[in-house]
Amino acid sequence: MYNTLYGAIKVQLIVIYSLFMRETITRYGRENIGFLWLLGEPLLFTSGIAIAWSVAGAAHGHAIGVVEFAITGYSSVLLWRNCINRATNGLQQNLDLLVHRRISEFDVIVARSLLEIVGATMSFTLLSVFLSMLSILKLPLDLGEVMFGWILLAWTSITLALMLGAVSEMSEMIEKIIHVTTYLLFPLSGAVFMVDWLTPSFAKVVLFIPMVNELEMIREGWYGVDAVKACYDVQYVLDFNIITTLLGLVLIRKIAGKVERK
Amino acid sequence: MSEDKYIRCKNITKTYHGRTGPKEALKDVSFEINRGENIGILGHNGAGKSTLIRILSGSEKQSSGSIDRKMSLSWPLAFHGGFHSSLTGVDNVKFLSRVYQVDFKETLEFVRDFSELGKDLREPFKAYSSGMMAKLAFSLTLAIDFDCLLVDEVLSVGDAKFQQKCHDYIGDKLQDRSLILVSHHPDVIRNYCDKACILHQGHMFETEDIDRAYHDYDGLVNEYFKKQN
Repeated sequence: MYNTLYGAIKVQLIVIYSLFMRETITRYGRENIGFLWLLGEPLLFTSGIAIAWSVAGAAHGHAIGVVEFAITGYSSVLLWRNCINRATNGLQQNLDLLVHRRISEFDVIVARSLLEIVGATMSFTLLSVFLSMLSILKLPLDLGEVMFGWILLAWTSITLALMLGAVSEMSEMIEKIIHVTTYLLFPLSGAVFMVDWLTPSFAKVVLFIPMVNELEMIREGWYGVDAVKACYDVQYVLDFNIITTLLGLVLIRKIAGKVERK
Repeated sequence: MSEDKYIRCKNITKTYHGRTGPKEALKDVSFEINRGENIGILGHNGAGKSTLIRILSGSEKQSSGSIDRKMSLSWPLAFHGGFHSSLTGVDNVKFLSRVYQVDFKETLEFVRDFSELGKDLREPFKAYSSGMMAKLAFSLTLAIDFDCLLVDEVLSVGDAKFQQKCHDYIGDKLQDRSLILVSHHPDVIRNYCDKACILHQGHMFETEDIDRAYHDYDGLVNEYFKKQN
């Protein structure tokens, strides 16, 4: 089975699928309330933001829908933040399973990230459809561009998960720094602003964050090019993703078989 | 048939880098096991037994040396590892059936039958006693049907009835399967194995006489090291 490339890939896919199904049990529990929370959490957050901004009139001067703005922003944060958070202790939680030769550190992190990606995508989609049925929100003008941005964001999230999942095993210090950084990244990641609203020098800096570029794409697709002025660099995002993917693979290989119980 | 099913280890060493400097857990270990053979590895605590089993299974990498695996090997059946602690016994069986590509229903049926764990299979794994863990682990590896079982101590726990059951099953039905068993109980090894090795401070050597290993372990070790020098 291991001896052919095809066999090896097949085993790996089966293992990732098995881990994915396993993770759903511990992530959402056997009862359905866990799955409901998948929608409840972003719904509460989006409502909160939308109400706060409507009251404060924060989106004034920017003629775009507040609910759409909040839902795209929060769903994006949910995607990358959850992937990173679930990666940093993911190996510890599955340590007992790593004694199986078929199961690798890579498989564990990828399976956990995929579960977060599926969860965030479902909540984003269902919530959008639900709110549009209540006429609270308008669906995207260019679904293709929204999906493109979302897929790039998912790719970034999974490579960050691989990289950070590996480094967090190397030192406890780094693990702590990662947690602090994800909090700091939240306001910087574009959830609460469009790059166009910023001063040019600040805009330049935040565009180094791939998530900002991706969210700009998502919002351009959502509102349409006439409604918002989006700033992003697809080439930069692709370069970032490819380099971090390679780096992530190298790092996860480096810690393979060396993960110890903390 | 039996010629092309084997595991061959050549000059395995394993060095750990601990806080007090490097520690050699295995030194130049070589051996071979063919299909149908049962090997017992005897040694004190800390002799490197568990390390060897983990390296054989492939869950840990040796520092140098080579392993040629021409049999399917189980994961190391030990008191720790292999199962997810938050999942129930059944969910663990389901997960590992998927991983090892065996039919879940048949596997569960076998496990339920063999382990006699009954309702406890619905309890989370972390609530299991070591005897229950051993029952689950052992039943599941039998169900998955590996060519070679790697057993780290767990055959020495559990009630006498279950031990007898394992013994009968291995004797009757697993004639063409292999077993690598590490233990610090010579009687367990004598019970199951037709060949015994001694692992002492990372060195491994074969002993012709399991009974002697039982009565005169220290004498055997001393003799070996004398010969080496």
